[in-house]
Parts: sequence; structure tokens; C-alpha cells
Amino acid sequence: MTGMPPDLPEKAETDPQAPVRPRREFIRNAALFTGTVALLGGGLEALTRRPGAAAEAAPGEPLAQARRPLGPYDTSEAVTPYAQATTYNNFYEFGTGKDDPARLAGSLKPRPWTVLIDGEVKKPVRVDIDTLQSWFPLEDRIYRMRCVEGWSMVMPWLGFPLAALLRRIEPNSKAKYVQFTALHDPKQFPGQRGNVLDWPYVEGLRLDEALHPLTFMAVGLQGRVLPGQNGAPLRLVVPWKYGFKSIKSVVRITLTQKQPRTTWALAAPDEYGFYANVNPAVPHPRWSQATERRIGELRRRPTLPFNGYAEQVAHLYKGMDLRRFF
Amino acid sequence: MKDVRRLSAQGRNGGELAAPALPRRVPRRAAPPLPWLAPGVVVGGLLPAGVLLLDALTGALGANPVQRATLQTGLLALTLLILSLACTPLRRLTGWTWPARIRKALGLLAFGYAALHFLIYLFDHAFTPGVVLEDVVKRPFVTVGFAALLLLLPLALTSTRDAVRRLGFPKWQRLHQLVYVAASLGVLHYWWGVKKDHTPPLVAVLVVAFLFALRLIRRRRPRPRP
Repeated sequence: MTGMPPDLPEKAETDPQAPVRPRREFIRNAALFTGTVALLGGGLEALTRRPGAAAEAAPGEPLAQARRPLGPYDTSEAVTPYAQATTYNNFYEFGTGKDDPARLAGSLKPRPWTVLIDGEVKKPVRVDIDTLQSWFPLEDRIYRMRCVEGWSMVMPWLGFPLAALLRRIEPNSKAKYVQFTALHDPKQFPGQRGNVLDWPYVEGLRLDEALHPLTFMAVGLQGRVLPGQNGAPLRLVVPWKYGFKSIKSVVRITLTQKQPRTTWALAAPDEYGFYANVNPAVPHPRWSQATERRIGELRRRPTLPFNGYAEQVAHLYKGMDLRRFF
Repeated sequence: MKDVRRLSAQGRNGGELAAPALPRRVPRRAAPPLPWLAPGVVVGGLLPAGVLLLDALTGALGANPVQRATLQTGLLALTLLILSLACTPLRRLTGWTWPARIRKALGLLAFGYAALHFLIYLFDHAFTPGVVLEDVVKRPFVTVGFAALLLLLPLALTSTRDAVRRLGFPKWQRLHQLVYVAASLGVLHYWWGVKKDHTPPLVAVLVVAFLFALRLIRRRRPRPRP
């Protein structure tokens, strides 16, 4: 008698009225119970749980030497760890999930890369990214980045002020706005195979905003070449505006007379304006903009007007109704 | 080993041989049929909460854990609510009785996750009444979600057999029809919560609409009298 419970009555085998053997029934029920748990629990997990944190970007090639002391535009706040800055991104060209860009960035080929600069300029040019980069000494800027969704990071960018580029290509007297266009290539950007947004992604600035010394073109992050998920090889950074203004993977910069028709303002005009200045007093229709979560912190913190850059940029909007021009 | 095999073989056939006139599954004890089902649903339904806690403690929720937890608990609440809504149509279409046995557990789990979803939202806003009140009053996205939770509350409170007896079945049933409203608001909340890609909420809308349609069709037809 191996493995038999001693109290199992022998006559059970012959008595039809006897209950099903308790041990067999127990095992059967336990198996069915486990199956139910696995089916429902597993199904719910599959439907609702996002895969864990995506792998951070493999550190790119080093771009700059050791950090210099903080410059006049740098924040002294703690920099967001590279692992988080490269795994939590909004970059719908790769997908709408925050971890899609990190997962899929490998499909983006940032070299060779050409940037077309045209429109109302005296010296239009089609230029290779490496050449473009060589025109300017690389600077680093530690900027706050506030997403319209209510979270923020502190990003150590490497690049050059947009003003330096604009001075070089010389806008003519008709130029009033700068329009930026991102790469449109569904082969490199799997998110562009659907029409979540109207591709290519377009952003724009008023010329005086574009010429502001804070406005920056980044080619690197944390002393290294910009990873794909952060907008390689060239992206705009406008720290006093919501993150969606800072267009990634730029292929064209066009000086225009008219205000550019920008992607998010077209997609949801009641929610995202052309200006998109960080403004705690103007709520998004679905959430307040009064607070934000700094990535890495559990508690929210108050959002500052112009993302804390009011002193530098508020004068650009003197006399404007910022509730109307949100 | 041999003994076990012999016994199991007899277990399968012995009863029938001895009493062929009796139904195949001879008298069960008082234990309810499918005793594994409801506990399995409860534990399976709570499993994601456990995994979520584990994820939170191990840092597996990514860079914005509060947002991730809010999103997942909301999705869990809606999924379980839809599953609970599917029970009755499934029972009617198939004649199976087991869906009726898990409906209550699914509904309560849905309420539990909705409450947890709201709690995480409250935590996110540091339990500041002013902020929450402004959200609930001013932002339709939050208003409908909050309303769905409020509607689920009386249903959860009257989920006991005792409550059915106290209210009387017709009244209880009418009260519990609020679940349709709650599910609709929940789906709307999901739709409005998504920034751009509306495919997942669209699936939820279609599933809920399909389940409602099944009920309406059912109601139009005269019920067969016994």
C-alpha cells in the first residue's frame, strides 16, 4: 500500500452510495482550482500588466569631455537617471506606450542623416548631420523637461543653441516662424504604420522664441550620443514649453511667414495649443497642470509658470492672454 | 503505484457497474457543485493585485510607478466588470449554470479594483480634498470615473444573499441594473483617459455594447413560461 490514506474505507469500492474518495476528489478540485486561478489570473495579467521596465539604452559614444561648472541656464536639480530618461519616453513614432521607444529604438538609423534647412532664409542648405554638428561647439545644458501629461525630468542635454544655427542660415525679413519636421519613415518608425497622428510630426516656434538663448538643438544626452528613443540624431529642446513641442529626429527646419500647423494642435486643438507654455494656471481639459511628478519621486510637486524659466521668457508673451493662447 | 492505478480505474467504472440505474455522478455530499470555481475566481482575480504589489516593491513598475499602478487597476476593474456582465448572457446562451456562481465574485473584484484605482489616484494627489473636488466637478473625464465608482458602491454593499432577501428580488434586480450605467461610464472614462490611440477603449466599448445588445434582444422576446 503505497501512498494510500490509511483511513480510506475498503468497502467504498463496492458501495455505490459512498462518496467519491476524498483524496481523489481533493486532488481533482485542487487541480481545477489551480487551473481557474491560472486562467483568470493569467488572463488578467496578460490584458492589463505592462511588461516591466524596458532595458535602458546602451550608452552611446561619448560626445564631450568632463562637465564644466553649471552654466547660467542650468538647473542644479538632481539629474534624472539615464536608465529612466531612456526608458520612459513619449515618442509616438515608435508607439504610444512609454516603453515602446526604448524597445523599438533599434529600428531608427540616425546615420547617415540629412537635414534640410529652407524657407524664408538667405542660405538654404541640405546638410549632413555630422557636418551640421561640426559647425558649432557643443554645449551642455541641464534643463527641466515637463510633459503635458504631468510628469517631469531633469535632462543633461548636449548640443547647440538654435539661435546659432539660425544666425548662420540667415532668416530673411519675411520669416516669422520656424517649422520643424520629423522623419517620416514607417520602416524606421513602426508607430507610423498606423495613423495615431498625422505623420510626419510637425512642430513650430515663433521666430523670437526660436532665437531665445534657452532654445536648444540637442545631439547628445548625458555626455553621449543621443539615443534613438530620445530623438536621435537631432532634436529640439524648448524647456519652458510642454515636452511635445520639443520635436525629435528632425529632418527639416523651415522658416515660414505663417504659423505652422503643428501635429498635436491639429490632432486635439482643444487640448494642445501652438504655444504650449508650461502653465500651472491653465488646466488640460482632463487633468490639472498645477502639479507634476518628477520621475523618481513619489510625491507630486508644484508646477512652475514657464516650467521655472519665467524670468528668462515671460517677456516674450507680454500682453498675450495665455489662457487663450495655451 | 499499482494499487493507485487499480483504484483509480475502479473509481471511474465501479459505481456504474454496481448501480447502472443511477445517474453517472452518484450522490454528492452537501458540498456545492464545482467547489473549486468561486475560490479559484477570487484567488485568480486577486492575483494581479499581488503581482502589482510585488512589482511596486521590486521597482518593476518603471519610471512612473504611480501612473502605471493607476492604469492597471483601472483596467482590471473594467475587465472584471465586463466579465461579470458576461455571466448572465453566457448562462442563458449555453444553459451552463456555473457563470451564475462566479458573477458576484467578479463584480466584487471589479469594485475592489475600482476602489483601489481611486485610492491610488487620491494618493497621487496627496489626498488633497480641494484638488480632488476640482477634478470631480470640473473634468468630465474624472467625473464619469468617479460616478461609476459611486454607482458600484451600493451594488457591492447589497451583494449578499441577505440583502437580496431584505430588498426582495425585483427591487434588488432593479438596483443592480445600475451596473449597466456603471459599465458605460467606466468605458467612457477609459476612452477619455487615452491620449491618442483609441483602439483598446474601442474594444471595451464594443464588448460592452455587444453584451447590452444580448440583454435587450433577450428582453424583447417573451419569456417562456414553465
